Amino acid sequence: MDLDPVLLARLQFALTIGFHFIFPPLSIGLAWLLVIVEGLGWRRDDDTYLRMGKFFGKLLALTFVVGVATGIVMEFQFGTNWAEYSKFVGDIFGAPLAAEGIFAFFLESAFLGLYLFGRNRVSRGIHWFSILMVAVGSTISAFWILVANSWQQTPAGYIIQNGRAELLSFSDAVFNPSTMIRFYHTVDAALITGAFAMAGVAAYLLLKNRENLVARKALRLSLIFGLVVSLLELFPFGHEHAIQVAQTQPEKLAAFEGLIEGQTNAPMVLFGIPSDNPPELTATIAVPGALSWLAHGNTEAYVKGLNDFPPNETPPFFLTFVSFHSMVGLGMYFIGTMLLGVLLLYRKRLWDQRLYLKLLVFSIPLPIIACQLGWIATEVGRQPWVVYRVLKTADAASITVTAGEILFSLILFGLIYLFLGALYVFLFVREVKHGPEPEVTTEVVA
Amino acid sequence: MIDLNTTWFALIGLLITGYAILDGFDLGVGVLHLFARGNTERRINLNAVGPVWDGNEVWLLTAGGALFAAFPPVYATVFSGFYIALMLVLAALIFRAVSLEFRGKIESPGWQRLWDWSFGLGSLLPSILFGVAVGNILRGVPIDANGLYAGSFAGLLNPYSILMGVLSLMMFVMHGALYMTLKTDGELRSRMSRWASGAWVAFIVVYLLVTLYTIFEAPHLMEDIFTKPLLWVFLLTLLVSAAYLPMALKAQCFFRAFLSSSVSIVSAIGIAAISMYPSIVPSSIDPTYSLTAYNASSTPRTLMTMLVIALIGMPIVILYTSYIYRVFKGKTVITEERY
Repeated sequence: MDLDPVLLARLQFALTIGFHFIFPPLSIGLAWLLVIVEGLGWRRDDDTYLRMGKFFGKLLALTFVVGVATGIVMEFQFGTNWAEYSKFVGDIFGAPLAAEGIFAFFLESAFLGLYLFGRNRVSRGIHWFSILMVAVGSTISAFWILVANSWQQTPAGYIIQNGRAELLSFSDAVFNPSTMIRFYHTVDAALITGAFAMAGVAAYLLLKNRENLVARKALRLSLIFGLVVSLLELFPFGHEHAIQVAQTQPEKLAAFEGLIEGQTNAPMVLFGIPSDNPPELTATIAVPGALSWLAHGNTEAYVKGLNDFPPNETPPFFLTFVSFHSMVGLGMYFIGTMLLGVLLLYRKRLWDQRLYLKLLVFSIPLPIIACQLGWIATEVGRQPWVVYRVLKTADAASITVTAGEILFSLILFGLIYLFLGALYVFLFVREVKHGPEPEVTTEVVA
Repeated sequence: MIDLNTTWFALIGLLITGYAILDGFDLGVGVLHLFARGNTERRINLNAVGPVWDGNEVWLLTAGGALFAAFPPVYATVFSGFYIALMLVLAALIFRAVSLEFRGKIESPGWQRLWDWSFGLGSLLPSILFGVAVGNILRGVPIDANGLYAGSFAGLLNPYSILMGVLSLMMFVMHGALYMTLKTDGELRSRMSRWASGAWVAFIVVYLLVTLYTIFEAPHLMEDIFTKPLLWVFLLTLLVSAAYLPMALKAQCFFRAFLSSSVSIVSAIGIAAISMYPSIVPSSIDPTYSLTAYNASSTPRTLMTMLVIALIGMPIVILYTSYIYRVFKGKTVITEERY
């Protein structure tokens, strides 16, 4: 049997990162929502928000711990699977990972312990501060890992010498052309994920009991919050990110947008059926000139297509196109759903809309799927490069690790993650069904 | 003269030491968990480490990241070379991490026993394998002329490294038992105290054996010990702390016993690191192939940048970590806790 070690290494890496990446966006989103919830509970001394905090705090704890457990693997995988890459870019790429540990992991982990175990041990202000630090820490973590990943997309601040990439300017490497916009885009995606999780859980509780006060307030908060962050994801973050890709990675943009032949007055494809070898797009519905306008602010501008690049330097078309367009479609769905919810809320008809509430319950996983699709689009869209126009993925894998060894770890982690994923869903659902603590009826002692 | 490369050699050592004394005790508690009697005792174990284990484990992750940043070829060569072993450690750490959270979610004895085993074995395996890894690095790893690992997984399981695995296991069990003496009372505390004494004896015996073995197995570590004064300082602190530990335990000064154990761990790691210096991964094929703090480092600019990051970040980390340990100081009461 002849297995390609590079392909196996990629599959193993995709599995471990993909599974891990289910949890951090949900953790970040829930943590920021809990900052609001716990803050309201504390400042207004409102029992409903405090019960809401405890309830969603349990869901955060469950999500966070699976994120931590699967994240341990991440810190070592560059060395195990991509030893040649690690040697070549370590002078630049290692620093953000170390900074993530120092500035983010310590902060979020230490304060999560305080948040979960310290409710009766510290003052309410400190307790609120602890969830704030969890949210801040997990967001800083997102920043540094996106610094590392963005440097792979749009490398800057380095020079190739002594057979490796050496650091010239740390700030140029950190704030490379794509870091900030990808950071905003990803963190906002996490906030959408949190909003849909909270909304879906609250909707479920309301379907069981329309008078549930915790659920009503949670739904109101998450719908308003969710509408704002969903809109922000379209404009400015999604829009600006697309412009950045157009300027810095034109072959990726071409694959995203399904532009096979470069042209002036380039159309933006709303729908199309892609196929590979050679890249083709059929049955398209498109807006003429819109892509030229997006990329260059002018409907007449020339936009490069996939065929303007050497065939061995363009990304796989089908996967990139499909994941990008599905992500965008889901983004539109998020805006629509949240907008509808806020309208129903405004017209005071929300609590009886059972169909809409059911829709929210089934929408819980959708932002997570959108995150995965976005990640696939951006990483597959970077191929065949591991560092854009610097190092090819095929030259990055470990030399000493055999296909058999990678297959072993692929199967090992595949089984573990299947088991963990099933348990996570099972326990999450169980916790939701259990619901928040019932209201305490105050007894007046005579 | 302390240059940047030496500073980073020391800082990585410090991160690993921080990991060993912090996560070391909760790994030890995990191993002892396999021998716990009854559900109450198990819950005490879990709640004793519950608020802090996650922060403790970050020391390992940060050590990994810092190794990547400061010495990329070491990070790449060791982790790809020890591929299977590392994957097993990671799998164990995954199970260990989720056990605490999952166990308390369902009130069923079968479910809870499952996660007790998962927590226990998930602590036992890394406790041994960390020692095995150190043993292999100390005796030298087959690194060829291209800086690539030329050994096998089975080759990692040599007697010297396995003995080192036993040593690290004993060290963590001793440390974990001492941590539990701080968190418990009465009969349970005396039992933990007895575990600590037993593990202390084993630690001393195995440490002496390992030291003797090293003379034959890894003579390169003994070559220039007389030109390294710091090594003798650590030897002294090891002797003093290891000798003081049973006295403190007998006098029921449990915190002092825990501190002694921490100092012993720091000293043992210090001795190992200094005897290797400047090598980080000595080659068993040819000493000139060894990866050292000089031939395997990042550029001075990166090392300097990282130093600034560490000097800004780590004091803050230590500040809030100490604060959180103070909040959770004292005996573990399980009535109001989470697990």
